[in-house]
Amino acid sequence: MKIVVTVKQIPDPNAPQKLTSDNRLDRGGEAVLDPGDEYGVEAGLKLKEAHGGEVVLVSMGPAKAADAIRKGLSMGADRAIHVSDDSLAGADALLTAQILAAAIKPENPDLVICGTESTDGSTGMVPPMLAELLGMPQATFAKQVEVKGDKVSVHRQTNEGYEVVEAQAPALVTVTAGVGEPRYASLKGIMAARSKEVKKVELSALGIEKGSPAESVEGVADAETRKAGEVIEDDGNAAERILAFLVQVKAV
Amino acid sequence: MAKTAPRTELKPSDFLDLESQLHDEERLIRDTVRKFVHDRILPGIEKWFEEGTFPKEVAPELGRLGLLGMHLQGYGCLGASATSYGLACLELEAGDSGFRSFVSVQGSLAMFPIWKYGTEEQKQEWLPRMAAGEAIGCFGLTEPDAGSDPASMRTSARRAGADWVLNGNKLWITNGGIADVAVVWARADDGVRGFLVPKGTPGFSTRDIHRKLSLRASITSELILEDVRLPEAALLPGVTGMRGPLSCLNEARYGILWGTVGAARSCFEAALGYSKSRSQFGKPLASFQLTQEKLVNMLLELNKAALVALHLGRMKDEGRISSEQVSFGKLNNVRVALDIARSARTILGANGITLEYPVIRHMNNLESVLTYEGTSEIHTLVLGEAITGVQAYR
Ligand SMILES: Cc1cc2nc3c(=O)[nH]c(=O)nc-3n(C[C@H](O)[C@H](O)[C@H](O)COP(=O)(O)OP(=O)(O)OC[C@H]3O[C@@H](n4cnc5c(N)ncnc54)[C@H](O)[C@@H]3O)c2cc1C
Repeated sequence: MKIVVTVKQIPDPNAPQKLTSDNRLDRGGEAVLDPGDEYGVEAGLKLKEAHGGEVVLVSMGPAKAADAIRKGLSMGADRAIHVSDDSLAGADALLTAQILAAAIKPENPDLVICGTESTDGSTGMVPPMLAELLGMPQATFAKQVEVKGDKVSVHRQTNEGYEVVEAQAPALVTVTAGVGEPRYASLKGIMAARSKEVKKVELSALGIEKGSPAESVEGVADAETRKAGEVIEDDGNAAERILAFLVQVKAV
Repeated sequence: MAKTAPRTELKPSDFLDLESQLHDEERLIRDTVRKFVHDRILPGIEKWFEEGTFPKEVAPELGRLGLLGMHLQGYGCLGASATSYGLACLELEAGDSGFRSFVSVQGSLAMFPIWKYGTEEQKQEWLPRMAAGEAIGCFGLTEPDAGSDPASMRTSARRAGADWVLNGNKLWITNGGIADVAVVWARADDGVRGFLVPKGTPGFSTRDIHRKLSLRASITSELILEDVRLPEAALLPGVTGMRGPLSCLNEARYGILWGTVGAARSCFEAALGYSKSRSQFGKPLASFQLTQEKLVNMLLELNKAALVALHLGRMKDEGRISSEQVSFGKLNNVRVALDIARSARTILGANGITLEYPVIRHMNNLESVLTYEGTSEIHTLVLGEAITGVQAYR
């Protein structure tokens, strides 16, 4: 079984995030493999262990994204495809999905695994667009992924619990942290990654001209500061009022 | 005219941007060990240190990660570069010197002599299990009356037909009480020889040393050898004389010159953070000139020590490092780390004497590191001899 996992390098989420003068995320500082994608890699590796086959990483990003790709290979993925082109800086969700689809299609995977959303852009739009472009059914927010014959079955996380969703392979799933803690890249894995194939793909090879994003960021403003909360003094019915509040925000 | 680079963010613990000199793979190895230390060692270290125990169950985890014998080739060992091994030692010792000691002893003092001087059978029997952390090794050289002068050892190896009989005591042996195999150096007719003594061999027993105030998260023991009869197959055939144990120590010292940079970094970061958050006389400690001077002295020495470590690592990878250069690194970097630990402790005030902060733990650990693997005095005299040609320690 062939599993493609999409991976992205993002600015270290633990460092303060800065914007460039043209309202793009400053990607100059320390960068890491998106922690959300580590769950994708983990889910892919678990399936490979259960069913055999191979895990192929696909990434779009600048040359230095090679570090993030290597991290995924060190965890145990078999090989990678890296689409890199200067004109892709600032690509929006649609363009990203188009690029990834073009890179993934020739692989004919049985399963494509994505994180639910990137930790930096957080649009959550790339996976559904990618599924459409690949012509695959999509099962999102999976906290468990199983493959049974030519069916992919997931436990789809919801506010109440989970739904069991089944799709015909080839399919695309997005996974949550529920799939289990990503494994360490063991030192053995890191050294083995040295000899694994990372195929560099130019934009032209995908039959796509210079990418022109459909979206652009016109302005940036600080989020409204949070208003002071309501202080409930106990005059005998505080518990009921707190409960009413919790129900209102759907916390219970 | 040379241009000055655009201002990049200056990092206190990597002020000279040594990060840029590391290869991808080295950075990944470093990050992996750092994460392991964060996840597995830091949460338990206060308890282990306080109780004076080494959590043996961590050994297989260190093995799975690839940290045991990681610079050796084959037999389940990782075959990493000397620089990668050094970076791993640095991160481990930023956690606690006890764990770096465990890894140094297992890899450089126990596995290395088997790998270098052992028979194929000995390698097959021990190295894969030791690399996996399923078997633990120790290194018995020091004796109650033979420390800095190990050649004066009394432990003897006598021929008895085709067998050997060992008698003597070894003291201050890291991992002794938890070891499955002891590499014991003993005096035979033709000079000092190395033997593999498995746990449970009749006549061989161990006694742990308690009431230590340093390296508490590490087992230190006495090895007692009373008419221990061993077959010829227990002898390491590849080396005769003090060259055997000394070559192992040279490997382990190399790990120390990296490791101590980690302990120093941990102390520096604790002091720097504390100095900014703690206020007296209405302002943060960091705003007093005396505190800044302490912090800047730490900054200079820490980053110079890291530079020494990386440089010696590259030299070792190129196969052109001398034992005197390793002495240079060990002497300098342990000294620097101890100075930083002591200075950091003063910045933390009373908090500096508790286990809530890592500083006094590192400080006490470093007292052992100053003494073992050649005391600072001995390394001073080794370097003195190297530059004057006069041997002053005999
Ligand atoms: C925690 C710990 C773990 C250890 N683990 C191991 C181990 O796993 N295996 C092992 O074999 N050993 C181990 N050792 C022993 C260590 O290597 C010795 O302690 C060290 O070699 C010093 O020997 P000594 O303690 O007998 O001190 P001594 O040799 O008695 O030295 C005492 C003092 O005199 C100084 N001195 C001695 N000779 C001279 C000289 N010629 N000129 C100037 N000054 C001199 C020393 O520098 C020191 O300051 C360990 C020690 C400790 C503390």
